[in-house]
Amino acid sequence: MLIYALKRLRSLVLSLLVASVVIFAVIEVVPGDPAAFMLGINAQEDTIAALREELGLNLSVYQRYFNWVGGLLSGDFGISYTYRSPVAEIVTERLWVSLPLAAYALSLTVLLAFPAGILAASRRGSVTDLSVMGFTQLGVAIPNFWFAMLMVLAFAINLRWFSAGGFPGWDEGFWISMKSLTLPAIALALPQASILARVMRSSLLDTLGEDYVRTCRAKGLSKAQALWRHALRNALIPVLTIIGLQFSFLLAGAIIIENVFFLPGLGRLVFQSISQRDLIVVESVVMLLVFAVILVNFAVDIAYALVDPRLRRGR
Amino acid sequence: MAEKSILRLALSSRNLIIGLALSLVFVIAGLLSFLWTPYDVTMLDIPSRFQTPSAAHWLGTDHFGRDILSMIMVGARTSIAVALVAVGIGMGLGVPLGLAAAARKDSLLDDLIMRGNDLVFAFPSLLIAILITAVFGPSALNAIIAIGVFNIPVFARLVRGAALSLWTLDYVLSARVAGKGAARISFEHILPNVANLLIVQGTIQFSLGILAEASLSYVGLGAQPPIPSWGRMLADSQTMISLAPHMALFPGLAIVLTVLGLNLAGDGLRDLFDPKLRKART
Amino acid sequence: MMKAISRSMFAASMMLTAGAAFAANTDVTVGLQLEPPHLDPTSAAAGAIDQVLYSNVFEGLTRFGPDGSVNPGLAESWTISDDGLSYTFKLRAGVKFHDGSDFEATDVVFSLDRARAEDSVNAQKALFAGIASVEALDAGTVKVTLSDANGSFLFNMAWGDAVMVAPESIDDIKSNPVGTGAFRFDSWSRGDKIELARNEDYWGTPARIEAATFKFISDPTAAFAAMMAEDVDVFYSYPAPENLMAFEADARFTILSGSTEGETILAMNNKQAPFDNAKVRAAVSYAIDRNAIIDGAMFGFGTPIGTHFAPHNPDYVDLTGNSAYDPEKARALLAEAGLADGFKTTLKLPPPSYARRGGEIIAAQLRAVGIETEISNLEWAQWLEQVFRGYDYGLTIVSHTEPMDIGIYARPEYYFQYDNADFQTLIADLAVEADPGKRSGMLKQAQTVISEDYVNAYLFQLAMVSVVKTDLKGIWENAPTQAIDLTSVYWAD
Repeated sequence: MLIYALKRLRSLVLSLLVASVVIFAVIEVVPGDPAAFMLGINAQEDTIAALREELGLNLSVYQRYFNWVGGLLSGDFGISYTYRSPVAEIVTERLWVSLPLAAYALSLTVLLAFPAGILAASRRGSVTDLSVMGFTQLGVAIPNFWFAMLMVLAFAINLRWFSAGGFPGWDEGFWISMKSLTLPAIALALPQASILARVMRSSLLDTLGEDYVRTCRAKGLSKAQALWRHALRNALIPVLTIIGLQFSFLLAGAIIIENVFFLPGLGRLVFQSISQRDLIVVESVVMLLVFAVILVNFAVDIAYALVDPRLRRGR
Repeated sequence: MAEKSILRLALSSRNLIIGLALSLVFVIAGLLSFLWTPYDVTMLDIPSRFQTPSAAHWLGTDHFGRDILSMIMVGARTSIAVALVAVGIGMGLGVPLGLAAAARKDSLLDDLIMRGNDLVFAFPSLLIAILITAVFGPSALNAIIAIGVFNIPVFARLVRGAALSLWTLDYVLSARVAGKGAARISFEHILPNVANLLIVQGTIQFSLGILAEASLSYVGLGAQPPIPSWGRMLADSQTMISLAPHMALFPGLAIVLTVLGLNLAGDGLRDLFDPKLRKART
Repeated sequence: MMKAISRSMFAASMMLTAGAAFAANTDVTVGLQLEPPHLDPTSAAAGAIDQVLYSNVFEGLTRFGPDGSVNPGLAESWTISDDGLSYTFKLRAGVKFHDGSDFEATDVVFSLDRARAEDSVNAQKALFAGIASVEALDAGTVKVTLSDANGSFLFNMAWGDAVMVAPESIDDIKSNPVGTGAFRFDSWSRGDKIELARNEDYWGTPARIEAATFKFISDPTAAFAAMMAEDVDVFYSYPAPENLMAFEADARFTILSGSTEGETILAMNNKQAPFDNAKVRAAVSYAIDRNAIIDGAMFGFGTPIGTHFAPHNPDYVDLTGNSAYDPEKARALLAEAGLADGFKTTLKLPPPSYARRGGEIIAAQLRAVGIETEISNLEWAQWLEQVFRGYDYGLTIVSHTEPMDIGIYARPEYYFQYDNADFQTLIADLAVEADPGKRSGMLKQAQTVISEDYVNAYLFQLAMVSVVKTDLKGIWENAPTQAIDLTSVYWAD
């Protein structure tokens, strides 16, 4: 087991290393000079040069790469070009919006998907099943930003139940903040819940068809008992994997929704940073997101290996 | 299975029929737009802007007085073309990679391909697409590349997984004993057997591609004006949503219906190709 | 009748909320589209920094009035030597920075020396280029010596990039700006808002409101909703003109439509074929229907211009007749230039909606005379790289928001690459001319030259449209500079 874990750890480190090189290389070739952008159209060439010097942009590519990676390892993400404050600070600030939003959206996802999936599986072929499946088909097909726009029109502009965007900040009160995250969370959750409900349903149907569940049924357990006591627990494994992936997806995938609702979150930060050529922020945030996904994958692999010893040998 | 019964099965699959019909509507609308649209989408008619649906403009007009129906027709062309080519890239590169990885299981090549795939999966796709367009500038071509890149690992993984189990089958082993090379076996024996899977996954990726193109052009990174695209139509409509809701409604519906159609068709195809699943359903 | 009903309903609702409103009306929430990247007006070009801080937190030796005039600021008065080379500023007495330290002549020396230093990162370093030396004669007097006489020196000193800063607080200026203004910086929640509080020790007339909040809402839909919900009292430079009709119909709001210094132009690459041919440039100018652009892209807000000069300026000459919309003439000119079949070029558009929407309209208008354009929508960073610094473009649309910037036409390396020796001489002469009458004549001549050379196609003067709560008074209607001066804003009872 230990050897397996170490092997996985080695590939995790390698992946991170490759990812850092790829990210740095991509961002290195992005055209557009951060200094020129910040100083605008009346700037003189010598002023731009002075600012480049100040930002450390005149160092060689290798030096900048190693400075960056070295900084990451020691927890120093560098100083943002535009905001001129530590990247770590800015990212933390944004995480206070993005993490709660992702958690909120994920809770909604689970709250919608579990009952829907279980209901559909337990009444396979019924009208309930068909309508659940129909709704999930629709949920997957709706672009979330369009759904968000329609919600803004209905609930913010016409009914004025919610504000159309913005985030008041947690110090304005928990419920006010949660309220401003509600429409974005719904927009994010809808397609995810549809996916999860479908996975839940098919996973349940698979386990219900397996021998041991049939044995339970033969032993006299009712269909509902078999479902709740045995099938559900086993069906949860693929469902949990999906949830893990969805969380990292929600963290990074909220870019568009954060823009629609004007939330000061991580996705919006990266989007803005790209257009402002605040490349050090882009590098660090993308790296952070990649790290999160790779880490989740690693954890899932290890968890699987713990559950299923057969997996330790192969892949 | 005889041709006739496949056809009968296909016809009896409700999903497949509805799905194909829906998708076909937009494919035909897109193709028709090459020959004819109700109005010229490059002509602006500012005095007749923001018109609600009427006999003259079935779906109304936008902020430049352009006919929304005509724009949706031409937009269908953009969406479908981008998604189709992106899937093509994904299959064209992903399938050979997957076959190679399966043929040389556990070799360095396999490891490299699979780790590379994991890595691509780990990147937040929309962000990378935004970065790609920041490097090369926004255009339909770059949107295709950005979407296509993320299709590669999907197909590589799928093909590798399916191919691995095929390699253990008797007829493949006997082909091997007969001295056929791995490449030849992959293409002669493995590929035809994963074709069904590819068609199903291709349909799903195609629909995801439509959604991705809409997102990219919504943030302004897809096809550039004056070529209409559904995503940009939605972006344009956003500030006018209280003034002219129809500008937001119809392009959005076009996306939903196309994606829905393709997903239903994908489900239908899977049922068709996989008799076991089919039995389970009914 | 309807109006009467709605008015009485409005009055009733006012009475119901009057108690609460009265207590709350000591502060103002200003909506802004862009957030400042940091809070140092002397080291970045971002207009949002000046919008929040200019005149509110930071002040210069001179300051702009609402009409664009240059008034005394921290300098109470000044004398100019006869050769126009030395300016002696008498500073106001008793001025304190927000940290309690005194504002003295040494601070002026520090601020100006910092701005013109070798390693200065001032975005408008050219403003300080003519300064030869700055000396403190005593604590309340500063003498600035110029290397050449400069007719616009006092004007330059009023810019946001020339405000007075203190050496003690300079290290933290980007996150904690310390100035001398009627408001002091209070707090900044990044991505959301900046709060200012009244400076109780202000040297001049104190502000009438106690606190101001700048809320950053970049999305026009959210801006619309925030205004409608009255979360915001004034939305400065409202980003979506298409929504203004809705505000106009609502008695709670007033629309202020003022002028800006933003000449919006369709710039042409004067060194690149076929735009190196004046006939082609003229053809492009004639092919464009300004009114259709103002109507279609700006929903009617904007004033047509025929040259690179602000129409509200007394020296403005209306030269729109030089390029009145005439597609037939455009085609004829193209034929004369040997391009009867038209040509293809690029049209590169930065993010603002005047450019994106205007670009689509211009593309259609140019197509009508046979000029095909390939549009690419660029971010600002890409635009700076490709168009502004790389000269890699045929056409582009941009609004030049700097005041009195006709001098850019005398810079042959400037991105539209207009190189006319006579014009350069004219601008050089203008810089050292002090006689107001002669200056006016020269400015008019300069406008005529660039208009008749069809350097660029001049579209319209950007309007500044703000949506204001009807009982909020004292908001600047015009934008002589990028500032939101809140020092004399108040609520009508």
